[in-house]
Amino acid sequence: MIEVAVRHAFEDLAIDVEFVADSRCVALFGDSGAGKTTLLNAIAGLLSPQQGRIVLDGQVLFDRAGQVDMPVAAREVGYVFQDARLFPHLNVRANLLYGARARGRATDRFEAVVDLLELGALLGRPTSSLSGGERQRVAIGRALLSSPRILLLDEPLTGLHREARVQVLEHLRRLKQALQIATLIVSHQPDEVVALADEVILLRAGQMAGRLDVAAFGRSQGL
Amino acid sequence: MMSPITPDEWQALALSLRIGLLSVLVSLPFALGLAWLLSRKRFPGRLLVEALLFLPLTLPPVVTGYALLVLFGRHGWIGEWLAQIGVVLAFRWTGAVLAACVMGFPLLVLSIRVAFDGVDRRLEQAAETLGASAWRRFVTIVVPLSVRGIVAGGVLAFARAFGEFGATITFVSSIPGETRTLPIAIYELMSLPGGEGGVQRLTLVALAVAFAATLAAALLGGAMWGRGRHD
Repeated sequence: MIEVAVRHAFEDLAIDVEFVADSRCVALFGDSGAGKTTLLNAIAGLLSPQQGRIVLDGQVLFDRAGQVDMPVAAREVGYVFQDARLFPHLNVRANLLYGARARGRATDRFEAVVDLLELGALLGRPTSSLSGGERQRVAIGRALLSSPRILLLDEPLTGLHREARVQVLEHLRRLKQALQIATLIVSHQPDEVVALADEVILLRAGQMAGRLDVAAFGRSQGL
Repeated sequence: MMSPITPDEWQALALSLRIGLLSVLVSLPFALGLAWLLSRKRFPGRLLVEALLFLPLTLPPVVTGYALLVLFGRHGWIGEWLAQIGVVLAFRWTGAVLAACVMGFPLLVLSIRVAFDGVDRRLEQAAETLGASAWRRFVTIVVPLSVRGIVAGGVLAFARAFGEFGATITFVSSIPGETRTLPIAIYELMSLPGGEGGVQRLTLVALAVAFAATLAAALLGGAMWGRGRHD
């Protein structure tokens, strides 16, 4: 379960969002500039909100009033960035194992994750030789293998061409079925929200504009 | 036809190479640390640190040598204390290494800092979310992605150390086999009757080493600037 209360004013946008979510996969849906990525950054600790409190499974990650600001490296969130951010000097295998090694965790799930994401043939490749879809799959695998308590997906399909988009979406769907991991996905594409999420939080200009289960969301989008 | 290099000249060349290499190895950890601080941290007194860092580049080398003598001479502020634990630097080849370290340090730090500045911070953020501590990020992300700049800086600092004259002769004088480096040997040969042959031979050697070093630095530096962002 995640409890998020974030208030943060940028020059051109004031974020004021508060929600508690217990579903397996929650989507933050809204146009660009709605503050979706800011919320993920606050949860991951890459941004310290001016006010707010973030609690993950009973553990306080951030609390402005209580002066709690857990270091990023200790939060155990698996963040999949929109631009993948693979380490260019490491091959696919070393990228995948980076988090497990940093946290000193066992790598016994390695084979399973590699199979689920169909990364077996890529393991020895340099990241510079990967296609957009492959890069995103490696980024998802890398985040999963760091043993996170929650997976944060920031527009994981944006920038991919149609075919790669369908492929990565299918992999994400398989992951959801195979792994019991809480996921927060940021998106502005209704079809990927419907395919992955259980619940949808609508964001508009930094504010919550509604909250729907995925069926109602699909109907509202004509899907 | 130039006669072959004499044993004395070999000795001076070998000493200069040894001092150059050792000075880079000794300064490298300090240079990495300082370059990281200057690249990543804002702290009070930062400007003063930068000014002090570049002092050896702007001071007359003989002044740097004198300052080393005052600090590290047998009766110097630090030298006296070091002598009590058996470390003597003045008039020893180890002192020549110290002088070379001081003179090459700004070049080493500057080159590494530029390389650190060029590392994509978003990659460090990604490593952080994956649980990597600041030290681990430095060792596994920042340093490997800066390796060309680190090597280029090392080559430049080596070349600077290899050619060091003023600070070295002031601090450790010219003792054959101990502190008489290649530039000092050239200088002394110039004032010796019949020393022209030696001067020419050593000058050619110095030219070859210096040119190889700057060429290597330029190649590495050029490759570094030309490298595109991967992500």
